Amino acid sequence: MATRRPAGSAGRSGASRAVARRAQAAADGAAPARIAVRKTYKLFVGGAFPRSESGRSYLVSAADGSPLANASRASRKDLRDAVRAARKAFPGWSGRTAMNRGQVLYRVAELLEGRREQFVAEVAAAEGVRDAAARAAVDRSIDRWVWYAGWADKIGQVLGSSNPVAAPYFNFTIPEPTGVVGIVAPETSSLLGLVSRLAPPLVAGNAVVVLASETRPLPAVTLGEVLATSDVPGGVVNLLTGYRSELVPVLAGHADVDALDTWGVPDPMRTDIELLAADDVKRVLRRPTTVSESRFDWLDDRAAERPEWIAAFLEMKTVWHPIGV
Amino acid sequence: MTAMATDSETSVTRTGARSPNSWGLGDGQAIPWEYAPAPEAREIVTLKERYGLFIGGRDVAASDGSTFVSVDPSTEQPLAEVARATPADIDKAVRAARRAQRRAWGPLPGKERAKYLFRIARILQERSREFAVLESMDSGKPIKESRDVDVPLAAAHFWYYAGWADKLDYAFPGRVARPLGVAAQIIPWNFPLLMLAWKIAPALAAGNAVVLKPASTTPLSALLFADVCRQADLPPGVVNIVPGPGEVGMSLVMHPDVDKVAFTGSTEIGKKIQRGVAGTDKALTLELGGKAANIVFDDAPLDQAVEGIVNGIYFNQGEVCCAGSRLLAQESIVEPLIEKLKDRLSTIRVGDPLDKNTDVGAINSKSQLEKISELVQSGVDEGAEMYQPACDLPERGYFFRPTLFTNVAQSHRIAREEIFGPVLSVLTFRTPDEAVEKANNTAYGLSAGIWTEKGSRILNMASRMRAGVVWANTFNRFDPTAPFGGYKESGFGREGGMHGLHAYVRLEDR
Repeated sequence: MATRRPAGSAGRSGASRAVARRAQAAADGAAPARIAVRKTYKLFVGGAFPRSESGRSYLVSAADGSPLANASRASRKDLRDAVRAARKAFPGWSGRTAMNRGQVLYRVAELLEGRREQFVAEVAAAEGVRDAAARAAVDRSIDRWVWYAGWADKIGQVLGSSNPVAAPYFNFTIPEPTGVVGIVAPETSSLLGLVSRLAPPLVAGNAVVVLASETRPLPAVTLGEVLATSDVPGGVVNLLTGYRSELVPVLAGHADVDALDTWGVPDPMRTDIELLAADDVKRVLRRPTTVSESRFDWLDDRAAERPEWIAAFLEMKTVWHPIGV
Repeated sequence: MTAMATDSETSVTRTGARSPNSWGLGDGQAIPWEYAPAPEAREIVTLKERYGLFIGGRDVAASDGSTFVSVDPSTEQPLAEVARATPADIDKAVRAARRAQRRAWGPLPGKERAKYLFRIARILQERSREFAVLESMDSGKPIKESRDVDVPLAAAHFWYYAGWADKLDYAFPGRVARPLGVAAQIIPWNFPLLMLAWKIAPALAAGNAVVLKPASTTPLSALLFADVCRQADLPPGVVNIVPGPGEVGMSLVMHPDVDKVAFTGSTEIGKKIQRGVAGTDKALTLELGGKAANIVFDDAPLDQAVEGIVNGIYFNQGEVCCAGSRLLAQESIVEPLIEKLKDRLSTIRVGDPLDKNTDVGAINSKSQLEKISELVQSGVDEGAEMYQPACDLPERGYFFRPTLFTNVAQSHRIAREEIFGPVLSVLTFRTPDEAVEKANNTAYGLSAGIWTEKGSRILNMASRMRAGVVWANTFNRFDPTAPFGGYKESGFGREGGMHGLHAYVRLEDR
């Protein structure tokens, strides 16, 4: 694979230039050009890759404006299906042992490592960055999965407690996953930002519905392919592509979504979304108003690796038990 | 292999020869089925004729060329010749560790150390069958235990501590955790690979380099682990392995450039080691012997308790520091409990460690077998009543029948001394207070078991046990997230969990 390909392997502009080159070569009497097989970017729901039930798609362009691919434009119905798939997957996933969840997340890192080049090309194309920057984002995405994987069997030790109550009771507090978490992924950082938001609720044992970046959705869809083959049970992660204006309010208003990560919610929508979330007391993990979505540095581990983002999607359960003969 | 097959055939014959009555079954009930031999294939293990020391990432002979032989305790046949480290080799290993810690491992970011440890965990998982078979060959433990307990837990330990390597700030909030430097680690022969994992995983996670001395009767899985380190591309010198007998361990402990000593083994040697580091700055953790009480109340689910008692004392031939070697039974249920226990004992299969149906394998060494026999004889001499199921033992190899003593007094040696064999001493009690008194009436304090349906009683008893691990309605459960270690003369320091990290760090102010 060429290391300097402006639009990446999935890029249509790159592909069409190659086609033109080969057509020229064919005209010159060389072997006939091979036509590339393009990928259809679909949704990832319940472990399967459906198109939107609405039959709609939208054109995704590279940063330089050249067209990359048609992405599925998910509907409200697709979103409700995704929430249902997540709810169905939640008991199984939250019932796994912590160590097992950790191994599954680590497995995601293993498979991502094997697809590094593909992701470098896709991130470069989606974000309009040089290969070196894309590579840094992909490498950090892999390491971030590993970092969060390690938390699986430790978060309970760090957040849990035994409480010395002033009576003959054994009293302890343990964290449990919240349930179904809706994630509005960062708009700008198509892969690293997404992974940084996705891994924390996942390692905690939640099932998630993710709205991928609207303008840069393709790496998210490819990440779905990694998740589908890496022991993450179907339905634990559901990835939708589409329009924020259309989907975010439905996600925020859905009564079977227990918590919301609003990092990628566009600033003008923010208050309305939080009002919707209040209808059924959703827990909301917000991006601080002082933090810019587009300028946040996801490569900075100190800022972007935070156990409190796991804690945001955990409920604390305190158990009292008498001590006596 | 022929000898193996014969052993298994023998055990089949004795099972079949028993009458229905001796199984405690009524008339008309069928004699329990016979087991065909189900030996695990040894071919997966490629034994080398000779193993060297593992120093600085290289396989080296001892400086004076001396070696010793590791024996298969189930056949008494030699398995391999192993280099015996000299004080000069120990010095070389400590230097290699120091160099690796200073130049490579210490400066490596936690995230990268984590990835090495994850690799090791994965390789252990990938080669689990090979390790299980080798472990059973070298130690005599049943393959079902090495396969289902030792090896998976060893991998899980590396897995768990891998995740800590880049999260030390969260284990010690407000403090900065620095590695100690070079850790000298000495491990016993009862869980060779698992004890290696308990020692090496937290040490490496915290940024230390190690020099590990495996027991002289079970060095082979540690030396195979050296190959795992190579496969993982672990920087040379981070892990060094120096097999040999006790003196080798002592010269490692006494080496002036060692920062930390971790020892698992007998209380007697533990005391020597503690004296050895007296007056130095060496950090020390000790995981020593035990004489655990397994307390059964009259409301306990008896069948479940019987399984727990059997697992508590006959697991790994009873060669377990936290074995439930003293059964404390409430008087009102002693008779039915003993009857059920004897019944259960008669179904225990003693024999070829590599047979997948074997429950109790070979005693680790001749000297250990002699020690067990001597203590059992003392039990008989002191007036306790001995019961052993009628089972034939293989003609060769170091085997011992599961043994049960009733009418045991607290003053008997079999109630006071750690036997480290498949020998259970039954004592009785009337009240919870008496149970506590008797359970704590020992110099040890590693573990305890409580069997009752009443939750409040479990917690009351647990709080009164002077023991580091208390199992309630279960026994001999281990997990990398759960700290393990003793009170009193069972040692100090904890292995496993967040607390296990503490033994390998120096805490500094931010």
